[in-house]
Order: sequence, then structure tokens, then C-alpha cells
Amino acid sequence: MESALKRSGLWLAGLLIAVLACAAAVDTGFAIHMGIVGFACIIGLIVTLRGLDMSRAILSPDQGRYDDDVIRWGVIATVFWGMAGFLVGLVIALQLALPVLNLGLEWTAFGRLRPLHTSAVIFAFGGNALIATSFYVVQRTCRARLAFPGLARFVFWGYQLFIVLAATGYLLGITQAKEYAEPEWYVDIWLTIVWVAYLAVFVGTIIKRTEPHIYVANWFYLSFIITVAMLHIVNNLNWPVSFVGSRSFPVFAGVQGALVQWWYGHNAVGFFLTAGFLAMMYYFVPKQAERPIFSYRLSIIHFWALIFLYIWAGPHHLHYTALPDWAQTLGMVFSVMLWMPSWGGMINGLMTLNGAWDKVRTDPIIRMMVMALAFYGMSTFEGPMMSIKSVNSLSHYTDWTIGHVHSGALGWNGMITFACVYYMVPRLWAKPRLYSLRMVNWHFWLATVGIVFYASSMWVAGITQGLMWREYGADGYLVNSFAETVLALKPMYFLRAFGGLLFLSGAVVMTVNVWRTILGHQRDEAPMRDAAFDPAKDRPIVAVAA
Amino acid sequence: MSKPRLDDATGVETVGHEWDGIEELNNPLPRWWLWSFYACIVFAIGYSVVYPAIPMLDTATAGTFGWSSRGDLDKEMKAESVRTAAMRSELDQASIEQIATDPRLRRAAIDGGRAAFKVNCIQCHGNGAAGSVGYPNLNDDDWLWGGDAAAIHQTLVNGIRQPGDDATRMSMMPAFGRDGILTAPQVQDVVSHVRLIAGEEKPSASAQRGAELFTANCAVCHGANGEGSRAVGAPKLNDAIWLYGGDRKALTQTITNARYGVMPSWGNRLDPVTVKMLATYVHSLGGGEAAPAPAADPAAPVAPVAAAQ
Repeated sequence: MESALKRSGLWLAGLLIAVLACAAAVDTGFAIHMGIVGFACIIGLIVTLRGLDMSRAILSPDQGRYDDDVIRWGVIATVFWGMAGFLVGLVIALQLALPVLNLGLEWTAFGRLRPLHTSAVIFAFGGNALIATSFYVVQRTCRARLAFPGLARFVFWGYQLFIVLAATGYLLGITQAKEYAEPEWYVDIWLTIVWVAYLAVFVGTIIKRTEPHIYVANWFYLSFIITVAMLHIVNNLNWPVSFVGSRSFPVFAGVQGALVQWWYGHNAVGFFLTAGFLAMMYYFVPKQAERPIFSYRLSIIHFWALIFLYIWAGPHHLHYTALPDWAQTLGMVFSVMLWMPSWGGMINGLMTLNGAWDKVRTDPIIRMMVMALAFYGMSTFEGPMMSIKSVNSLSHYTDWTIGHVHSGALGWNGMITFACVYYMVPRLWAKPRLYSLRMVNWHFWLATVGIVFYASSMWVAGITQGLMWREYGADGYLVNSFAETVLALKPMYFLRAFGGLLFLSGAVVMTVNVWRTILGHQRDEAPMRDAAFDPAKDRPIVAVAA
Repeated sequence: MSKPRLDDATGVETVGHEWDGIEELNNPLPRWWLWSFYACIVFAIGYSVVYPAIPMLDTATAGTFGWSSRGDLDKEMKAESVRTAAMRSELDQASIEQIATDPRLRRAAIDGGRAAFKVNCIQCHGNGAAGSVGYPNLNDDDWLWGGDAAAIHQTLVNGIRQPGDDATRMSMMPAFGRDGILTAPQVQDVVSHVRLIAGEEKPSASAQRGAELFTANCAVCHGANGEGSRAVGAPKLNDAIWLYGGDRKALTQTITNARYGVMPSWGNRLDPVTVKMLATYVHSLGGGEAAPAPAADPAAPVAPVAAAQ
């Protein structure tokens, strides 16, 4: 009771600060954001006062051995934000093909919806998947319940508040104009607090482990959490214009600012979308395949090579800019050296299936994992290749980059997350099986075909664009105007949107499947079987005389 | 924790760790992987030797190739300017009329003008120079300020209603409605008349009343029959070509508030040769008119790029 009283006091204090900040705000955006914070405090207060146990409302009771409440919320949040992010992605893909869909409103213009899409898929969908799976994996591979259970709940809800503040901020036009780091100073500070709490929960759980060794997945999770904290803090060293306003100025300016931004941006890819998701792969692939990891030695070497090399590769985002030549060279050669360490993860994932390859045919979840690793391998080859300066001079600023990002994001991050969700949901809600395995199969094919449409249309678009931009006539004059290059891409933009629609459809199938599984339904369906085999038809082709 | 054991499916020994049922095999690093990794490292070292790579106290190593991105750009720009210098100096010395009559100069100017147009002009006049509402179509015969090469050149150099340019082309149609020169019904009558002479409306009582108003207020610039005047940039009204639209709504807006479209003066933004090339290119688009002096052959086809070489 006493703790409830104390917590109520904290909520009231938070509410008071939010109301004061809202009243003193120098711009509308900040006032709205403080209103949202105040609203969150009111919800917290009501929950505390009424003694509501959120876990009772939607979830089955905890099974005792591990603390899975936060993970269940995290899985639901992953699916929810995934749907939101994919939907906005489809909208902005259509806006590029049909500009009228900008609706002529500032809040729905491409420039504001685009960061909404990127943040929703990377930080909301990907971030929730990482938090949920890291809590799932760290407990099981350490054989220990989560350290600081209260803090773990704070991490989850605090992170959702960060997402809501970031997303609403984009629509209101609050941005510090740094790609993938758009939220303004006060949202950055909030995320820093949440992230430090996350680190404490994760490290605390590792410290209280009852296993002698730390599993490789946890190395990757830990490197992801620590490095993202470092990147986030350094890239967001800003000074606010007003402490009750939403604007701020960065500490770094000019080319230094650009270098810090892309040091951050590239390692957000490296540690958020690569190291973190490799951690997911290292637990869920061997579990689903029921096979040992292919090589312990490879996991050590590729882990340390990856985290050592990745951090230097950022300057390849600034080829042929004001960045000094030497920094561009280093950015390029570190990216090239990164190729094999990246592939180490793919090899360890795929080769883990040695002895279980037949499951690719019978288990759509394994198939998703294999496809994820294949796209991972393709993107991590494409990345170093695009970092080579002569390739980059063609590919940079074109849609090729967009295609590259999406073959990684949809193919690798999306697919591996879907597979992990399908693995965890029946186990977290103690159900005998998923609602439907055939729907997983549908999801697999919709997503795969969607990615193929997306990536290949963007390759064609990007190379077309790059070639048209650099085309000079024999007289030494540019051949194409910018508007002509845009017009040439229009059919590709429609194909890309179609690919996005397929990917989104797959996610809808997943949402239904996860929802019904949680409700305890089981679809009455024929089991997934081996391919039909007719021995009578299996005979050599008889050569026919010409 | 389990002891190392032999994995049945692969015949490889495990390391002996176990977490939540996950074991690890003790496979060596794949050789092809390791050697590819080494090859990448060797490439990186070699590349760093030949290109600028290592930051020192106040500069960086230059690399044995002596390459730099600025130097590279400099070299390409120099080579290009050497290659085009002869033609540019010829164009510089020739007058706009001389360019129009010399097929060789004219071809070169059109090629350069086309490229400059794509960078500087299409934002308003459109990719095909067909214009849009408020921005004239440059392909037709309807010119506000004159369609011979010299007139186009002057428009380009000084612009239209460009603030701060004393030689800019200037005209101010009164805002007849807003300034109370005409009442709202009178504006409607003038609209009817203008649409009548443009052939877009049948004669009516309103047009009849408008004719008198037109003679009193408009004819001084637009001419008695709406034939326009290039001296003051007054558009021709007795055709179906409109700058801001010829429907009643657009015309009411034009007569009530007037329009003051601005074209920037390019004389102080682009070099004189490029402006000449642009003028020649625009002149070649289809509406170009013969100069008072010896004329360019309007039927001369636009030569393909390669022919200029």
C-alpha cells in the first residue's frame, strides 16, 4: 500500500511538471507533447490507484520460472507497430508515385510521413522486437529471472512513450533533421533514461545467471545496447533554444556534424539492425531447427571482427562530399573488410541447419529464418560493394540505396522478427501450437514476393536514375533534366508500392494468426506435408532422336 | 552444462557448452571465409597506401597515386573548358543575330541552350517548354515581348518585372476591380467582351456593354481589337492562348486584381555565352520569329548533338 502511495506521488509530480511545461511552452508542438506526457501520467496514476494488474487483463498468468509479462506486451507491441510502420510505408510509396496523395496538408506530406515510417519500422517494430526477444533470450540462456522487474516494466512503457512522442512530433513538424535521429532534445533525454534502465535490467540478469558462460546471443544483445547508448548520446548533443520549447541546436556543425550523424546512422544499422537481430538469430534459429550452432569459433571471431570494424565504416555515407579524402578512404576500406565478418553470422545461421535441412520443406518458420539469412547475406554483400567509391558514385542518392535498405530491413529484420514472433507466441501464452501454420506459409510467400518486387524495382530505378544523372552528351552538356529522371522512375514506383502492398498483406495475415493464437483458437487445417511424390512419374527423360 | 559429445548428424564434436538446450559444434572457421577475410584486409591496406588515408598532425597521407577528389574535379573541369574554349569564344564574339545566321554556331548554341534550359528554366516553363498557368508556352507563336532572337535575348538578360534591374521589361496592368476603376458588373461585361473576341462566347448584351468599356479602358494597351502590344507586353486577347486561363473565373480574377508575373533577369546569374545559347535555343523551339535584320532559317532542323562535333 505504501509503495502504491509513493508511486501515486510520483505520477502526480510528473503530471504537475507536464502541466507546468505545457502552460509555459513557447511553441504549440512542445505544448502538445507535454499534454501527451501529462496524459501518460494520468493513465499511470489511475492504474496505480485502482491497483490494476495490466498483465491480468490481456495475458495468461505468469508461468513462474521466467518473468514473461513484459515480453508478452512486447510481442503485441511489435505486431502493432509493425502494422503501423508498414502501412505508412505503403502510403509514402504511393505518394511518390501519385503526389496528389500528399493531400496538400503539412501533416500528411511525404517529408513528415517518411520519418514516421522509418522510425515506426526501425525503432517501434524493430526496437520492441529487440527488447522483447532480449528479455526472452537472456532469461532462458542465463537460467535466471529478469533482474529489476519493475525497471523492466518501466523500460517497456517508457519506450512506448518515446515512440508516441517521436511519431506525433514528426507529424507536428518537430524534428532536428537528422536521419533516424529526428526526435528533439527532450525526447532524446527521455530515451537515454529508458535505455540506461534497459542496460541495467539486461546486465543485471546476466550477472545473476546460473550458467557458467554467457551465450553468444547475449554478447550481441549487450553490444547492441551499449553501442546504441553511445551513438544516441553523442549524435544528440544538442543545446535547446528554450527549455520549454521543441527546438535545439547541435553541438557539432558542418562536416563534423555530418560525420557524427553518419557515424550514428551507419552504426544504427550495424548495431541496432545487425548485431541486435543477429542475437535473435543466434537463439531462435538453433531452437527452431533443434540443432547445435555450427561453429563456436566462428561466432567468436565474427562477433569481435564485426563490432570492431563496423564502428569505422560510417564515412562511406559521405563519399564525394566535403569530408576529407582520407576519411572517405577509411570509411570505404573498413566497409570492405566488414564483408566477411558480416557473412560469419549468415554462415553460422545457415550451417546450423546441417542435419535439419529437410525442415525447410516442412516448417514455414524455418523457411522464414533461411530467407532472412539469405537476405542478410545479400544485403551485407551489397553494402560493402556500394561503399566502394566508384560504385558509390553511381549509386549514391539514388533509389538503389532505398532498395538496399529494404532488402535488409524487409528481408532480414522483418523475416527474422516474424519467425521469432511465431516461435514465441504459443510458448508465451502456453498454447499447444499456432492458430495456423498454413497462414505462416502464406505470410512467408507474400512477404518474399513483396520483397522481390520491392528490391528489384528499386535496383532498376536506382541504376536508371544514376545513369541518367551522370549522362553527358558528346557536346559536354547534361542530357537529362532532373524532372525527366523522376518521370523515368514512375513505373518503378508503382511496382515498389505493389511490393509493399504484398508485404503489408503478409503482416495482416500474421496479425490475425497471432491474435487467434493468443485467444487459444486452433485452425482446423490439413497439416503441412512433404511435396507430393509420384514414383511412376519419377523416371529419366528418354532421349528422342531429332 | 554438458560434456563435449559427438553430434550424430554431422559427426562433429560439440564444444561442451549448453544453454536452454542450445549446443555449439566445434567446427573450424571455413577456409574460404578466412581467406576472403584476409584478402579484404590486404586490399584495404593496399588501398590505404595508394590513396589518401592516414590522418597526420595537420594533413593526411597523400597516397602514392597522388589522387585527390578536388584535384580530380579540377582536372576534368580544365579538360572540359579547354575542349569547349574555342566554340565559347566564337559565341562570345558573335552577336545574337550572327549566331542565328551561322548554322555551325547556331547548332552549338542550341545544344548548349538545351542543357542550360533543363537546369534553369524547366522549373517554370516545363520540361518541353510548354509552360503552365502563369508561365508562357515557349513553343507557340504568341510572344508577350517579341519573338525574334534579340527580343528573347533581352528578356533573358533583364527579365520581366525583376526588382532592382533598371532595364527589366516592365508593365503594370491596373487592378480594375480592386482599385474601383470598374464595378463588379462592369468587370463581368469586359470578361464577356474579351471572351467574345477570343471566340469563346457568343455575342450578348453583356459583351455589347463590355465592348465600350474595353475601348475606354483596355484598348490603349491591348489594341482596339485585342491584338495586344509587344511594346508594353500586353497579351494578345483575340486568340485562344491564355497565360492565366480564359474561363470566366480566371478572367474575372485577372481584370479585378491584375497579375504581375515575374521572370528573373538571367544576365547576372549566367554568363553571357550561356544566355546567348539559351536565347538561340528558345528561338529554335518553333515560335521563333525572323529578326528585323537577316533572319535565321526557321525551317532549319535542330541538328542532333553529334553533328556539332
